[in-house]
Amino acid sequence: MPNKILLIAEHDGARLNLATAKCVTCARSIPEAEITIAVFAADGAAVAAEAAALSGVAQVLRIDHPAHAQPLAATIAPQAAKLAVDYGYVLGPSTTFGKDLMPRIAALLDAPQLSDVMAVESATRFRRPMYAGNAIVTAEVPTGARLVATVRTASFEAAGTGGSAVISTVSVDADLPSHTRFVSLSAAKSDRPDLQTAARVISGGRALGSAENFQMLYRLADRLGAAVGASRAAVDAGYAANDMQVGQTGKIIAPELYMAFGISGAIQHLTGIKDARTIVAVNKDPEAPIFEVADIGLVGDLFQVVPELEKLLSQSQ
Amino acid sequence: MKRILVSIKRVVDYNVRVRVKPDGSGVVTDGVKMSINPFDEIAVEEALRIRERGLAEEVVVATIGPADCQQQLRTALAMGADRALHVQTEAAIEPLTAAKVLLKLVEREQPLLAILGKQAIDDDSSQTGQMLAALWNRPQATFASKVEIDGDMARVTREVDAGLETLEVDLPAVITTDLRLNEPRYVKLPDIMKAKKKPLETLDLGALGVAAVERIRLLRFEPPAQRTKGTMVKDVNELVDALRKRGLV
Ligand SMILES: Cc1cc2nc3c(=O)[nH]c(=O)nc-3n(C[C@H](O)[C@H](O)[C@H](O)COP(=O)(O)OP(=O)(O)OC[C@H]3O[C@@H](n4cnc5c(N)ncnc54)[C@H](O)[C@@H]3O)c2cc1C
Ligand SMILES: Nc1ncnc2c1ncn2[C@@H]1O[C@H](COP(=O)(O)O)[C@@H](O)[C@H]1O
Repeated sequence: MPNKILLIAEHDGARLNLATAKCVTCARSIPEAEITIAVFAADGAAVAAEAAALSGVAQVLRIDHPAHAQPLAATIAPQAAKLAVDYGYVLGPSTTFGKDLMPRIAALLDAPQLSDVMAVESATRFRRPMYAGNAIVTAEVPTGARLVATVRTASFEAAGTGGSAVISTVSVDADLPSHTRFVSLSAAKSDRPDLQTAARVISGGRALGSAENFQMLYRLADRLGAAVGASRAAVDAGYAANDMQVGQTGKIIAPELYMAFGISGAIQHLTGIKDARTIVAVNKDPEAPIFEVADIGLVGDLFQVVPELEKLLSQSQ
Repeated sequence: MKRILVSIKRVVDYNVRVRVKPDGSGVVTDGVKMSINPFDEIAVEEALRIRERGLAEEVVVATIGPADCQQQLRTALAMGADRALHVQTEAAIEPLTAAKVLLKLVEREQPLLAILGKQAIDDDSSQTGQMLAALWNRPQATFASKVEIDGDMARVTREVDAGLETLEVDLPAVITTDLRLNEPRYVKLPDIMKAKKKPLETLDLGALGVAAVERIRLLRFEPPAQRTKGTMVKDVNELVDALRKRGLV
């Protein structure tokens, strides 16, 4: 018997989010996986085509409706719950989209949810972090019962392409609520790589002291083709936008290179970067906890180090 | 009466460095400082501010857990909440069970808002508020960084991966708090004395008609893989060399 998995796609109306391709990899590690991706969109043609090309996907369901122009949990959840009756697993990414939506689906199904799945051990056993990553727990759910889960995307590579899943358009008979209305989205426009998927990330902390000083990090980032992140303290102080926060309550990332300037290394920050391949820390305090996890550490004043680094890197190119 | 229900969870204080027990059965909690989940403290603060603006008349705080949780309820009362509900149980409470209990309290109290934390920093589930909204069949506005009450609706700014999203929701609704929503007030000594006289009602989980089913078994706790301490370089030249050697620049 295959394990039927329904995966809710995350997208911006035009493109599939890379998080979904990572969820496919997680789903494929469930034994006997048979993966269906559901695309809730106003017009899901392009997104469904991308989803169908992911390798390991058996089927793509397009649920087109004008109400899906914005991904409202209250609108999607009742429909996803109806579709889910044919599936043993309902998965979504552990992004703000998935964190908002999946528990609403789980409750409608009266199913338990595992958040931030980082490894699949069997059809009923999964590993996930708790206590800001200070404990990794192996959790078991009952055999044969439906499970809802969000996938910690930093733990999985994106599935490749080359698949050719069947796309079908379906409509779901569910009452769509009018009690929740989208007003606006203010997104910082940037040509830099996306923080969640960038190979290189330059991050700044409270020590930057101002939004103007963050410009220094943007210049260095542009030199390296990197995304820019920030600690909570830097975001709280208004030096950086909220979507740049890295950590337990911000973004969990796994870049090849993470460079932290003037970040102390609080546990809540470190939990967001522990899967980074190489961590570089620059801090003027030799006792800063960030040095405990850094692969390369430099004790120094970032206001000297950053310009010098930029200069040296530009000479070599 | 215009009422706000706030749920608070007793958790290991965020400053504590949590350690896994050697036998892998859980984390060390003996002698460890316990506090209100930081997001729930923000939830209490937001409810108080809404009441102080005259948009609500009563703030009720609720928790589900063993007798010790009453300390956190008293703290919330000292912050300014009007009354407290303690749903007593020794059992481990999964988010779906917590949501079912909160639904019972919602039915009893008929609040115009239920405010929860966006996540409990022990299980890090980030589920309960959304589940309550589903069971209650009401709107949810999660990860809130700004809340404006406007007649019979609320306009909520949410911290999402792409930036800031604003939703309009009809009341009653569920809101879950993000860190930047507000800064909770400090509790003053006289308030702690006053809080001792405020009503705190104890309810039995079973009597509410909710069973504490265990559907997620936590088999084993392990410490995370440790990153090893790397090398220290002494200047920017050495830093660039080290990056080059690893092929990173
Ligand atoms: C529930 C909860 C959730 C949280 N979630 C997150 C999260 O998701 N992400 C997050 O980042 N934090 C989070 N935090 C906050 C976290 O605990 C820390 O407060 C925060 O990470 C500190 O940010 P910082 O390192 O920039 O500031 P600080 O801790 O103040 O560190 C600044 C550092 O800069 C160094 N410095 C100063 N001047 C210079 C200079 N000129 N050159 C070089 N170095 C210098 C100092 O030595 C110091 O180490 C959370 C906290 C709580 C309670
Ligand atoms: N046992 C509990 N008692 C009171 N509130 C709870 C409990 N469990 C969860 N909550 C609430 O639900 C929020 C999210 O928790 P969680 O879904 O476990 O991450 C918390 O911030 C609390 O507001």
